[in-house]
Amino acid sequence: MRRDIFQAIADPTRRAILALLAIHAMTPNALAEHFNTSRQAVSKHIQILAECEAVTQKQNGREIYYHVNADKMKEVDKWLDTFRKIWEDRFDQLDNVLKDL
Amino acid sequence: MTNKTEILKDISNRKLNITRAFNAPVEKVWRAWTEAEQLDKWWAPRPWRAITKTMDFTEGGHWLYCMAGPNGEKAWCKVSFQTIEPGKNFVADANFCNEEGAIDANFPTMTWDNRFLSTDTGSKVEITLSFANEDDLEKIVQMGFKEGFSMGLENLDELLEA
Repeated sequence: MRRDIFQAIADPTRRAILALLAIHAMTPNALAEHFNTSRQAVSKHIQILAECEAVTQKQNGREIYYHVNADKMKEVDKWLDTFRKIWEDRFDQLDNVLKDL
Repeated sequence: MTNKTEILKDISNRKLNITRAFNAPVEKVWRAWTEAEQLDKWWAPRPWRAITKTMDFTEGGHWLYCMAGPNGEKAWCKVSFQTIEPGKNFVADANFCNEEGAIDANFPTMTWDNRFLSTDTGSKVEITLSFANEDDLEKIVQMGFKEGFSMGLENLDELLEA
């Protein structure tokens, strides 16, 4: 199954997890306390985020902490840059059309 | 002078906001956005071309056109006009479709809300692009823009380098 950054952010719970992890690294248990859903549901989301490489894990003693993978998150911005180029190109063409109207 | 294109993402609300100023009166900008003959001149990012098949710019009407690529590929699109406030605003749903305009349900619907404003230096267009479902923004990224149009842009880069 395809896993990419857009799948990571397509779900509201996963976006909320990323928002929490952006503040500081957390354990799965600490994350689960922020949600009304089951721990299993939260772990499933964390697993998808890990597969999408949106988060990375680090072992600290007996605990696993999850961190946001900032480099991967930049892919969204890269896509937006492409989107921006399309629109800039379009609008430059529109400027020319407007000159002749 | 080239005006800056501003794009704000609002991913949690499945929206993208685009704003651009033009050094032309709002009446002209409105025409360029709503007349097929004008749209065909600028709507497709180069080297793609927009080719209108039919245009009925009325509430409930449609614009059926294709994006023709440099290698002969064609992507048909249908824009269904929902509400029109002449000279000020129009809201439309955009879909991929076949040549006859039958909408392809495998692709998400993108809703456009375009607002046209008069300014001291000419005019400004504010566009809100929104997607109905959680997965739609991702789908449009995957299918519509990322592969389709950025491919077009890569071709453009090749042309420029040649």
